[in-house]
Amino acid sequence: MTTARAAAIVLTKELRMEFRARELLSTTVVFALVVVVLFSFAFDPTAGESRRYGPGLLWIAFLFAGSLMLNPSFAREQSNQTLDALRMAPVSPFAILLGKMLANLIFLGVAEVILVPVFAVLYNISIGGIVGRLALVLVLGTLGLVVTGTVFSAVAAHARMRELLLPLLLLPLLAPLLIAAVEATASLFAEQPALDRAWLAFLGGFDIVFLTASWLLADFLLEE
Amino acid sequence: MKGRSAITVVSAALIFFAGYAALFIAPDESTMHEIQRVFYFHLGSWMAMFTALSLAFVANVAWLVTRKPQWDWLGVASVEVGVVSCTAGLITGVLWGRPAWGIWWTWDARLTTAFILWILYISYLLLRGLIEEPQRRASLSAIFGIFAFLDAPLVYASNRLWRTQHPSPVILGGENSGLDPTMGKVLIVCIVAIMAVMILVLVDRYRLERLRHELDELRLAADARGFGSDSGSSSVLTKGLP
Repeated sequence: MTTARAAAIVLTKELRMEFRARELLSTTVVFALVVVVLFSFAFDPTAGESRRYGPGLLWIAFLFAGSLMLNPSFAREQSNQTLDALRMAPVSPFAILLGKMLANLIFLGVAEVILVPVFAVLYNISIGGIVGRLALVLVLGTLGLVVTGTVFSAVAAHARMRELLLPLLLLPLLAPLLIAAVEATASLFAEQPALDRAWLAFLGGFDIVFLTASWLLADFLLEE
Repeated sequence: MKGRSAITVVSAALIFFAGYAALFIAPDESTMHEIQRVFYFHLGSWMAMFTALSLAFVANVAWLVTRKPQWDWLGVASVEVGVVSCTAGLITGVLWGRPAWGIWWTWDARLTTAFILWILYISYLLLRGLIEEPQRRASLSAIFGIFAFLDAPLVYASNRLWRTQHPSPVILGGENSGLDPTMGKVLIVCIVAIMAVMILVLVDRYRLERLRHELDELRLAADARGFGSDSGSSSVLTKGLP
């Protein structure tokens, strides 16, 4: 079986589980919403202030939500030893990892699609003319988040205190991604929206570096 | 053990001489005066950190490839030494920054990178403490170590790119633009001394990890033969067995 086909099967399994339980997405969206609302008390959300702090606020909310949402990705395979069953399947470990990464990309992407309009309304930022370009920044930023986050979810799944450990491992590593994503988003929220190619390239580079590293290390990550 | 004591004595003498040289032999710096003397230990700490963390990266990759426990011991030993050197570098930097720049801290590319590295490698040590099974602990922490090491240049590049768009009020460096010859010699003495101490601690930490490993093996062997002590630690160890 090819890696792509195996990854697609794992992805379908993840989506089906989420479709039946519907607990991960709803919790993530509400959590990110709470973060966004709490920030409105931390500074005065006028249009000018929102343009300055909005991008950072939005990405901090995504990073926090992501670092909590990614934990069950491997942790829930632990409770019934289903990870052993996955490992026994005649597919490459990277295919399992890739399927989970894609599923997490979809979950976090859906959460973002719900959150961004709410954020735009609450913070007086008009996103009408920049939807396509904003989507590009969101996809590149979220990809880097879920690639590293899914790998660390597998790392943390074997440790004690994994709920606390995953944000601890993940958030400092994502510092460069946060800077690049915030800067790229800020140039879109400016009075004259512009696509910052340098930061987009940086985000793409971040994704490639860690996707390659995950591909090379997948065998060791999921070994028995 | 006689050789080791000799090396310890030599390193101790070196570090004392380095301290003396930095404080009394090196000439006065024309703009910053006395506080500039922290520079000799500051730079030495950073060089020790980079050496230790690079060594940790090599050890992490080598563990995954060869599965020799020696690489795991080297990995944890060098990360611990790297974190200590990083702490020394951060503290001397903050102490130097206050009189030289007027502020304790600035989010400059180098400072930020150092700080993020410090947090990442502390997380590495925390992670090791939270995984019971030795094999799994070695592999998973090696993977995290590799990711952390790959992240370092990205952190630096992102901050460099960012702060050049928003000029920072403070500029690091400048001290290397024509170093006084005596300063240069003192600097070399300090770097050699700090490196010697670092290697000494690293070797000791490595030996400690090896002894722990041997102790674990002995406990497992004792348990297998039915001589298992009823202490809590042995029951934790046997949990990792199939």
